[in-house]
Amino acid sequence: MLLDDYIPIVGESVVEDMRLVARHLKGRVIKNINSTAVGGGVAEILSRMVPLLKELGVDAQWDVIKGGEPFFSVTKKFHNALHGVPQEITDADSRAYWDTQEANLAQMDLHADTIFIHDPQPAGLVRIKKDLGNRWIWRCHVDVSNPEPRVWNILKPLIEQYDATVFSAPSFAQELKVPQFLIAPSIDPLSDKNKDLSPEVVDSVLQRFGISPDKPLVTQVSRFDRLKDPVGVIQAYRLVKPYVDCQLLLAGGSATDDPEGAQVLAEVRERAHDDPDIHVLELPPTSNVEINALQRASTIVIQKSLKEGFGLTVSEALWKSKPVIAGAVGGIPLQITHKYSGILTHTIEGTAYWLKALLQSPEFAKKLGENGREHVRQNFLLTRHLNDYMLLFLSLEHPGDVVTL
Amino acid sequence: MNLKKAKDPFRFMTQMSLTQPTGVKVRDLHELLNQLNAVPGSVIYYHTHHFLKQHQYLSPEPPNDFAYWVTHVLREERLGERLASIDTVRFSSLRAIREKLISVIQEYLAGTRTTRTVSDGDELYLMKSISFVFPTSYQARDLEEFLQAVRKISVLSLYHHIFEARLRLEKGVNDFSTWLEGELGEKQLAQWIVGLDPYTQTLEALRARIVRLIEQRLRSLSQEGARAS
Repeated sequence: MLLDDYIPIVGESVVEDMRLVARHLKGRVIKNINSTAVGGGVAEILSRMVPLLKELGVDAQWDVIKGGEPFFSVTKKFHNALHGVPQEITDADSRAYWDTQEANLAQMDLHADTIFIHDPQPAGLVRIKKDLGNRWIWRCHVDVSNPEPRVWNILKPLIEQYDATVFSAPSFAQELKVPQFLIAPSIDPLSDKNKDLSPEVVDSVLQRFGISPDKPLVTQVSRFDRLKDPVGVIQAYRLVKPYVDCQLLLAGGSATDDPEGAQVLAEVRERAHDDPDIHVLELPPTSNVEINALQRASTIVIQKSLKEGFGLTVSEALWKSKPVIAGAVGGIPLQITHKYSGILTHTIEGTAYWLKALLQSPEFAKKLGENGREHVRQNFLLTRHLNDYMLLFLSLEHPGDVVTL
Repeated sequence: MNLKKAKDPFRFMTQMSLTQPTGVKVRDLHELLNQLNAVPGSVIYYHTHHFLKQHQYLSPEPPNDFAYWVTHVLREERLGERLASIDTVRFSSLRAIREKLISVIQEYLAGTRTTRTVSDGDELYLMKSISFVFPTSYQARDLEEFLQAVRKISVLSLYHHIFEARLRLEKGVNDFSTWLEGELGEKQLAQWIVGLDPYTQTLEALRARIVRLIEQRLRSLSQEGARAS
């Protein structure tokens, strides 16, 4: 995909502005490091962003930290703890974390102008910063509004070794000795997951998964993770079902860094087994066109998260002009203004109430979806995100509140 | 038509910004008041201007974050309405806007016995922004060239010359009016642009109004030229 391909969607001036910024970063080497090459929002964004940065003349690179099951178990604990769930970090956990950091440090080439670390998994690599003398940025993609203090105190001294940190929502910002920036993530309107699809493709996907095109479809697309509350979605659906005959689809997969997924999936299947109108799909991480089609086929999209890094599936659904009902957590309120570009809820009962209301008020639901699409166009597309990152790289080279270039 | 040429062309700049959390949050009016007294001007600027860029499809805009938060989160509707009606365009400095915000809240608190406190997660998080200003390829030496450029520049460029120049860069007047009057002697056109209220319309609507004013002026210059010949 080339930058010019985005012009029909975002307008020429947006792409022109990006080229203007990129001119000041020509030839810089920016190395991104995260924990998985496929699956999950971070890998998805990086896979689109790296080629576009290269097209703009920035030498963007992407490396993945390698680790075994014990390492990913402990980083899952970190992830849960950052979301505020108490976790026991043992000495063995610490060893698994640091052994993996050291093993990766021995193999990775970190001689870039800027090292851009995503999430806690590779955060410890910063240990080598003082030897290299380059700039390091830590990008936190998770909701850290209420981190579990013990784990936060393990991570904080690491984070404070960085030159800058980036969070996705205002409520995630922390008291830190280093500068913080607020950059919302984004979706790519031209990716398989978001590009326009013909009705024939959508119908064929429904047929393949045995979903009726004739009955309203309520969908949540999410990893099978307790923090996404798939069981709560089933409960909300059951409250609505006696009034509106609809189907529920829970679609998701487990990313390679999420060992808990299978357990949650089993629980969801058990709760759903007696209802033929509940469809539970475990999709491989490459099922982007399928997810796109399922979102487009949906009458209403739900994202009933209890905690959320940002909740990009909300922007994905809004971009398809779908009415969305979502938990008012993490970055979701940035994407939805309640009753204007979607619905924000706090409880299972509230979700059920609005689900019923929107299923029975299609005109109102349609308006929510239309407003949502415009909001996403202006604030949550890849082009804005990429530009923010370029400005971030520039800000490390040009300190000050007003930078004239 | 022979149009007056400027000695110094108008060079269109564009600007982009990055948001920085300050780490400070407020949960009631007393905390808000304290912070309004203490925070740097960049925080006041952010919370009175970022909606203009982020919600361009909404019109009329929620005019400032303070009003929005007080009305919709703190549920002090009467105060929220007063904060929303603060006419930002009348103030020529961030200091003056800050003082106005403070006086409106102080006045309200003096007449109220109880005020509310929001629950965890609903606080107002104070932020500021870093502005990056870039030159664009557009420039103009006369009114016709100026019109063509205003039609083409990005809304961020328009934002820079109308909002950022006046308040954040403390020039007091928008860049367009300064140049039109100083370089082309277009005093009346400059005043018309000063007279627009950019805060109650979207950036595209503002562009359309400026374009109409320039077109109108060009028509009248053309008629004057025809009469003279």
